[in-house]
Amino acid sequence: MTMAPQLPEKHYLNETYGIRSWLLTTDHKRIALLYLFSVTLFFFIGGFFAMMIRLHLLTPSGYLLSADAYNRMFTMHGVAMIFFFLIPSIPAVLGNFLVPLMIGAKDLAFPRINLLSWYVYVVGAVFTLYSMVNGGLDTGWTFYTPLSTVYSNSAVAPAVVGVFITGFSSILTGLNFLVTIHTMRAPGMTWFRLPLFIWAHYATSVVMILGTPVIAITLGLAAMERLFGLGFFNPALGGDPILFQHLFWFYSHPAVYIMILPAMGVISELIATFARKKIFGYHFVAAASLAIAVIGFLVWAHHMFVTGQSTYAALVFSFLTFLVAIPSAVKVFNWTATLFGGSISFDTPMLYGLGFIGLFLIGGLTGLFLGSLGTDIHIHDTYFVVAHFHYIMVGGAIMGYLGGLHFWWPKITGRMYSEWLARLAAVVLFVGFNLTFFPQFVLGYLGMPRRYHVYPPEFQVYNVMSTAGASILAIGYLLPMIYLTYAAFYGKVAGSNPWPATGLEWQTASPPPTENFHVTPTVTWEAYDFHNRPELGLEVPGGAAHAPAHGDD
Amino acid sequence: MQLPLPFFPEQASNFAGNVDTLFSFILLTCLFFSVLVTLLIILAALKYKRKTPGEVGSADRGNMALEVGWTVIPLVIALGMFAWGAAVYVNYRTAPKDTLDIYVVGKQWMWKLQQPNGRKEINELHVPVNRNIKLIMGSEDVIHDFYVPAFRVKMDVVPGRYNTMWFRPTKIGKYHFFCSQYCGTNHAIMGGWVTVMDPAEYAAWLSDEGGALNPVSAGEKLFSQLACNTCHLPNGTGRGPSLNGVYGGKASLADGSTIVADEAYIRESILQPKAKIVAGYQPVMPTFQGLVTEEQIMNLTAYIKSLQTQPVPTKGAGVVPAAAGKK
Amino acid sequence: MHRTGELYGQFKTLEQQKDSANLGMWIFLVTEVMFFGGIMLVYTLNRHVYFPAFAMGSNTLSLKLGGINTLVLLASSFTMAMAVWSAQVGKKQLISMFLVLTVLLGFVFFGIKYVEYAQKFHHHLVPGRSFDIFYCSNHPDKCGDISAEEMEVERDLLNKTVALDPDLNAHAQLYYSAYFGMTGLHALHMIIGAGLLFWLLKNSLTGIYTPQWNTPVDTVGLYWHFVDIVWIYLFPLLYLIDRHK
Repeated sequence: MTMAPQLPEKHYLNETYGIRSWLLTTDHKRIALLYLFSVTLFFFIGGFFAMMIRLHLLTPSGYLLSADAYNRMFTMHGVAMIFFFLIPSIPAVLGNFLVPLMIGAKDLAFPRINLLSWYVYVVGAVFTLYSMVNGGLDTGWTFYTPLSTVYSNSAVAPAVVGVFITGFSSILTGLNFLVTIHTMRAPGMTWFRLPLFIWAHYATSVVMILGTPVIAITLGLAAMERLFGLGFFNPALGGDPILFQHLFWFYSHPAVYIMILPAMGVISELIATFARKKIFGYHFVAAASLAIAVIGFLVWAHHMFVTGQSTYAALVFSFLTFLVAIPSAVKVFNWTATLFGGSISFDTPMLYGLGFIGLFLIGGLTGLFLGSLGTDIHIHDTYFVVAHFHYIMVGGAIMGYLGGLHFWWPKITGRMYSEWLARLAAVVLFVGFNLTFFPQFVLGYLGMPRRYHVYPPEFQVYNVMSTAGASILAIGYLLPMIYLTYAAFYGKVAGSNPWPATGLEWQTASPPPTENFHVTPTVTWEAYDFHNRPELGLEVPGGAAHAPAHGDD
Repeated sequence: MQLPLPFFPEQASNFAGNVDTLFSFILLTCLFFSVLVTLLIILAALKYKRKTPGEVGSADRGNMALEVGWTVIPLVIALGMFAWGAAVYVNYRTAPKDTLDIYVVGKQWMWKLQQPNGRKEINELHVPVNRNIKLIMGSEDVIHDFYVPAFRVKMDVVPGRYNTMWFRPTKIGKYHFFCSQYCGTNHAIMGGWVTVMDPAEYAAWLSDEGGALNPVSAGEKLFSQLACNTCHLPNGTGRGPSLNGVYGGKASLADGSTIVADEAYIRESILQPKAKIVAGYQPVMPTFQGLVTEEQIMNLTAYIKSLQTQPVPTKGAGVVPAAAGKK
Repeated sequence: MHRTGELYGQFKTLEQQKDSANLGMWIFLVTEVMFFGGIMLVYTLNRHVYFPAFAMGSNTLSLKLGGINTLVLLASSFTMAMAVWSAQVGKKQLISMFLVLTVLLGFVFFGIKYVEYAQKFHHHLVPGRSFDIFYCSNHPDKCGDISAEEMEVERDLLNKTVALDPDLNAHAQLYYSAYFGMTGLHALHMIIGAGLLFWLLKNSLTGIYTPQWNTPVDTVGLYWHFVDIVWIYLFPLLYLIDRHK
């Protein structure tokens, strides 16, 4: 390739103009960008609340916020980040953009339902934003009863209604993905030729479909209780607050897998592309995604070990919790093994990929302390839990999201970002993240409970470390926002396959035409097969194909 | 080994050692795997760094033995962690028969505790060392949680039901306890201290004031604890006036005015003694502002009120004798 | 926008489109199972814990009206299935006729439901401040629609139940919360279904559904059958506990 690549004349971004062409689009790629805008907005909102939390916790006796104000900060941080950023992020942005492209389809199965899902998200967001500006919410994102239904003086009802509505956005996305992956694969794209990103989104969609309706009915009942005094969760009326917890966690535990499985899918793509090698144990990684989705539904009460539930129940849930750890471990080992014998380059997406493996490993392993009953009694509801889930959600899911954004940015925008700035940001992020959250493991074991606006002075030194880290982390997040936006308009033109990578999405122009492919591709190769793809222009040893391309393996 | 920064809380219960050992086992296992994977990644990154721009990786795809290995081995280790943790937990959920039972009620935003003999505490728990203690806990409103980090135990306190928790304190001292289930505005200050005492001291502490808190006796005790009795001698010969018969009477002040000695006067005299000096006395009484709680002031007041019926000395009285010569 | 009956752009064949719509509806129905399942679980657990009060609640429901509604819905499922069959064999006028029948039966269901709800409202059996399970037995004049004989039975049952559960009123209120929650949710789904039926009817009158292409009829049929099945669960759960003479 000696000529500098050119942008295609017509593509999905410039084919039609005007606000109506965006707000009434049914093109999955434009809808992905609508979501990108919305989730980024909520990332800022959630990030603002996080900043308030960390600034306030610099001193043990609280100098910045009143108790009520602080309680609103951590609650709204959780609600904004979980329901409006993390859960949609990868599926609604990267998934929406890439699922049809990766399987060789023109769009998702139900493009209008796709647009509807974005509007449903927006309506739910409006309700929640209303709650945030009208007194805020101070129940914790977990809405435990009877605090949320009877005792809280904050704007609980609009927030609960908002989350309820946004849940349907999730359901519609999952439904669309499942049907699309089943019925719209291009000729030759058999199940075991699918990229692992697709397997991951398939598994995620299963969780979305089965889990989200349960949180919907639970929040619906909680809203009824708050507004009309129903008594299912109120002991004063004969109800049971623990029932709420069971129903809540039945969704909210699988929800964490909704947040991490797509990121794992991204990582498989990144590792394979930047090691230029098939993912080791492809079938096991695909199976592990499904296993995580299924077993993930069986462990919810590990959030409830100290509620006084029966000892037998606790034993069962602890056992199952250890089982769910295994498929994740299998994935980590397979990604690591992929590196051996690879041809590794350290482009920014790979840095995010490797960072993910390290941080997800720590986050996942610290889950073992929490799953083990004996240690959980001590560290439940302390900063140990906070550190654990932030390692997975931030060190894992958000790094996966950013890695994916960087990897597919040239496909989405047709242009490349500044590599040195991106690598710098990745390193800053990694350092800032660890400084923020590692001290919190220590805080937790020392006994500092969560959701505390003041704390005993002996905990201050770790809190200060954590806040210092958070400032660095904030810079790490601001940088990509700036340079990715700049790159979208002024970056160097990337061409259809700058890395190069093996997925179908790279076989079409960057940015792609509205109909994705001028000619529907026919697939005859396995996923991540760098050896049988002469069109990638790479130096394959031996010249010809090493092993014939099999349909399945 | 003294570390510059704290990492573990004190071990002050029968569970603490077990929990810390289990924690250390899981920690070592996690460290092993983290270091292993990190080293492998670094090794691969160095050894397989791309040498030419067009280079690709090898064509290998998988290895069944490895897959089985790294599924089964973590599974076995995980089940070991499960079993050990389960054992600790079953022990923690199974209170022995011979426990000293203490009732605990959590409410927004305080803890009310009641000892076996009825003695009540607020935000404080006194227990004897080396006895099995069982807490029987309920909530008046929302879900709270009673957590003692030094004991490594916690249990939710749920409205509409009782939850019990047991432990055996093994070290004399004072340890934080916290509410650790978010319960609203003052969740973070809904805590206090667990005081583990020598059994004899505990018994003495327990029987102090007998059953329910008797304000007059409590006040009397405080009166001597705070050394009030060294100046306010009953016979009027001390540095301060006698307090016999003071309550309800008229006090003659140094500036010539008189005032009825009521509760407010008593309270002010404790907190701002220089505000009103009884005629004939020097302003030498120290202030007890910040040294006594409101509850203690009430107890002192109750005690001083009880001195109404005591004989008022002819010289050195705190009030003008209303009915001199009586009794 | 595409006209109904055409191949949508993202699909390659009509068959792919049909398969997608079908799979999509089945997956949606799975989400509905989880949705209703949640509230049914809450109901079942509470019924287990407060059996006497829930049995009492069940006995205040009209077996006659509930039974008729069950038959009405079963019939409407039959007419819906006939509409789908008519489309499959190309009998276009029959499609519209069966759709009309289905909608009518749906409205009969709504009518009966309205009667039941109105009765509950008058008998102070709607959860809230004025809920009182003893209202009719204490004020028989206000509950004229209950015959003297039925009132005897109810009073007897109340006495027996309150002996088993002194907090009968509070727990009966939980029953009624579940009753209104579950039947209300069901009715909401039926209203949506009725709307879909009207839409189908409007289209069927233009003759657009053919044996080659009748996916919307098929898909809405699935939805309607599901709503019927939910009622088949609700009826015994709510109406048939402990119905002894």
